[in-house]
Amino acid sequence: MKELAIGNKAVATGLWLGGCRVVSSYPGTPSTEITEFASQFDMKRMYCEWAPNEKVAMEAAIGASIAGARSFCGMKHVGLNVAADPLFTFSYTGVNAGMVIGVADDPGMHSSQNEQDSRHYAKAAKIMMLEPADSAECLEYTKKAFELSEEFDTPVILRLTTRIAHSSSVIQVGQREHRPFATPENNAEKFVMTPANARKRHTVVEERTRKITAWAEDTPFNKIELNDSNIGVITSGICYQYAKEALGEKASYFKLGCVNPLPVESLKEFASKFEKVYVIEELDPIIEEHCKVNGIDVIGKEAFSMEGEYFQSLIAKVVLNEETQIKKIDKDLPSRPPALCPGCPHRGLFFTLKRLNLFVSGDIGCYTLAAAPPLSMMHTTICMGASISALHGRNKAYAENAKNSVAVIGDSTFAHSGITGLINVVYNQSNSKVIILDNSTTGMTGHQPNPLTGQKIDGEMSTSINVAMLCKAIGIEHVKVVDPNDFQQSYSVIKEEMEYDGPSVIIARSPCVLLKTVKKNPPFTIDRQKCTGCRACMRIGCPAISFKDNKAEIDATQCVGCGQCSQLCKFGAILTGEEK
Amino acid sequence: MTKSIMIVGVGGQGTLLASRILGHAILSKGFDVKISEVHGMSQRGGSVVTYVKYNTTEKVASPIICPGEADIILAFERLEAARYLEYLKPEGRILVNSQKLNPIPVITGQAEYPDDILDKFKELKVEYTAVDALGIANEAGSSKAVNVALIGLLAKNMDIDYGTWINSIRACVPSRFVDINLKAFEHGYNY
Repeated sequence: MKELAIGNKAVATGLWLGGCRVVSSYPGTPSTEITEFASQFDMKRMYCEWAPNEKVAMEAAIGASIAGARSFCGMKHVGLNVAADPLFTFSYTGVNAGMVIGVADDPGMHSSQNEQDSRHYAKAAKIMMLEPADSAECLEYTKKAFELSEEFDTPVILRLTTRIAHSSSVIQVGQREHRPFATPENNAEKFVMTPANARKRHTVVEERTRKITAWAEDTPFNKIELNDSNIGVITSGICYQYAKEALGEKASYFKLGCVNPLPVESLKEFASKFEKVYVIEELDPIIEEHCKVNGIDVIGKEAFSMEGEYFQSLIAKVVLNEETQIKKIDKDLPSRPPALCPGCPHRGLFFTLKRLNLFVSGDIGCYTLAAAPPLSMMHTTICMGASISALHGRNKAYAENAKNSVAVIGDSTFAHSGITGLINVVYNQSNSKVIILDNSTTGMTGHQPNPLTGQKIDGEMSTSINVAMLCKAIGIEHVKVVDPNDFQQSYSVIKEEMEYDGPSVIIARSPCVLLKTVKKNPPFTIDRQKCTGCRACMRIGCPAISFKDNKAEIDATQCVGCGQCSQLCKFGAILTGEEK
Repeated sequence: MTKSIMIVGVGGQGTLLASRILGHAILSKGFDVKISEVHGMSQRGGSVVTYVKYNTTEKVASPIICPGEADIILAFERLEAARYLEYLKPEGRILVNSQKLNPIPVITGQAEYPDDILDKFKELKVEYTAVDALGIANEAGSSKAVNVALIGLLAKNMDIDYGTWINSIRACVPSRFVDINLKAFEHGYNY
C-alpha cells in the first residue's frame, strides 16, 4: 500500500516491519513522532515507552538487545549527549539482537538550543551510521539497520535531520518480518566491561571498523549516479535532494547512505573522473575532511557554510553561479516570533517573577518563550536540567545571589534531569529556590505524558510521581504549591519563600490549556466605557489582547478565559464571558 | 515539471490539515509529492510555512521551496502573505485570506501592522486573489473551517478535479466535521 508519510512515521514503520520488539525514547523535536507512531502498531508485539530521559531510554533498549529482542531508542541530537555514556561502551560490547538508535539533528535550529552534528558521535564511538534521504529510505534503512547491526555486531545509528524527519514523501508499506527472539547471551567477556574484558573488546571494535569500511566500499547503501558532466558531488541525506534539484544532470553524484565509516577507494575513483568535486554536507565538514585526509581534492566549506540549513538555490549559486529573480516588499515587516499561548499558566508565573524582580535560571520547554518581551524573564538557558544545578553554582559563587534568584523547570524536564540537581542543592547546602512548572504534560514537543503525569504512551494510567513527596524525601523541607493563574497568591508565597533561609521548592500547578481535558471558559470582553487605555493588561503579552482606538480589545477566537488579564485591570473593564 | 505550492500562516490556524488534504488529493491522482513543514517551537503562534511540491511524471527531489520558486502561495493571513512574497515565481499567484492577526511586536506597540499590503502587491504587479475566508467559514458553520475554505480557493486554481478534493476532505477531516468543511470548501471554490 502506498501512503504519504513523514520521515519519522516511515522510521516507525521500518521498526515495525523489521521485527523490532522494544522501543524506549525521550521526546525531542524533530524526533518525537517516531515513537508516537511506533506505539500505534501493536504494543504487545512492539512495546513502546517514554523513558524519563535519553540515557535511561538507551539503556532500556540495550537491555532488550542483550536479552535477544530487536530494539530501538529515539532522541534529538542533544539527547544523544545525555545518552553518550552507554553509547560509547555499548559500541564495545556489541549487540545480541539488533539495536538501532534514531537521532535527529536540527540544522537551522528550528527548535533547538544548538546546532551540533551527531555524525561526530558515530565517528567517536566507532559505530555504523546510516543517513536516509527521503521517507522511503527511512523505512528501508531502518529495517536493514537491524540486519547490519546483527551482521557486524554493532549498534547502528540512523541519522535524520529536520527536513527528513518532518518532510512527507511516498512510502510502500509491506509485511512485518517474523523474528524469533535471539537466544539470550550470558557472556561476561562480551557484556561485563571491566578493564580486562574491555581491552579485548577494543580489539574487536577496531577489527569491526576495518570490516565495515571494506563493506562500505561497495555497499548498495552508497550509490553512484554518473552523468555526462565535469562536476562531481559527494553528498548524503537531504543535501543529496537539494543538489539533485539544483544541478540535475549537470553533475554526477556519489550519494552516501552510510556516513560512518566512509569508504576510501570508491570515493577516490569517483573523484578522479571530474574537474571539480564538491562535498555538499550541512553542519560540520566530516565527509570533506575524510576526503582531504585521504588525498581526494574536494571543495567543501570554503564554498559552503557550517551554519544553518542548505537549500537548492544556494547550491545553484555556489556551483553554477545561477540566481533566481524575486519580487519583494521593500520595507521591514513586523516579525512574528512564537509566543506563549493565550491562557498559558506559565505567563502568570513569569509575570509574578517579574513583579518580584528576580533572576531566573531557566530550562528547556515552552516556558523558555518567557525570555521574549514583554516578560523577558529568563536569564539563562543551557540544557535540560541546568536551571537547578546552575542556580546552585550561582548561589555558591555569591551567597547573596540566593535572595533574588530562582530556578524554573517544567515537570517533564524535572523528571528528565532536574532531580539530581535538586539533590545537589540539599546535599551541598545552597539556599536555592526552585519553581517546578507542573502543567501536567510535555508541552513543547506536542503533549507527551511523563512520569509526573503518570500516564503512559498508550494513555493507560501508571503510578504518578508525587513531586511534593519526592522533594521532601530528598530533604527539601519547604515545599509549597501555588496556582500560577492567581497573581496574588503566587506573589505572596514566592515572596515569603525568597525570604526563607534554606532551600525550597514551589510547585506552580496548572494544566496546559491546549490539553483536551482542560475546560476552556467563554472569552472575556472589554467594557469600552470603563477602559481608560492605561495598557496595564498588555504587560503580560497575551496574543489575544490588542489595542484599537486607544482601548483594549480581546480576540474572542483566541481567548480561553483564563482570567489573568482581568487581575491587572484596576477599572473593572475586563469582563468574564458570563458578565458581558 | 515540478509544481510548488506554499501554505503560509500563523501557528494554530490549521495549515497542517490544509496541507494534509492537499497532499492526499495529489497522491490520489498518482503524482509524486513531497511536503515539508516544521513542528515544535515555531507552532506556538509563530509564522508557519508548509511546502508542497508535486510532479505528474517524474520524482520530486527537494522537499523545500526557495525564493522565486512558488507557483502558488496560499496565505492564511495578510502579513504572512507579504512576508513570503519573495518566494513567488514572477508569473506565480498569491491567494490571500484578508484576515489580520497581530503579531506580538504589534501587540506590544514596538511595530505597526502594515495595512497597505494589497496596494503593495498591485504596485509590484503581483497576481493575487484576496478572500474573506473567515466570513466563508462562519457562513459554513464554524470559524475553524477557514483552512478548508482556503483549500477550496486553492482547488479552483489547480488542475485536480472537484471529486478528488471532496474525497480527500472526507478522508482527512474527522467525520463529525465533514459536512461543515464540505460546505466551506464549496464556498471557497465558488468564491
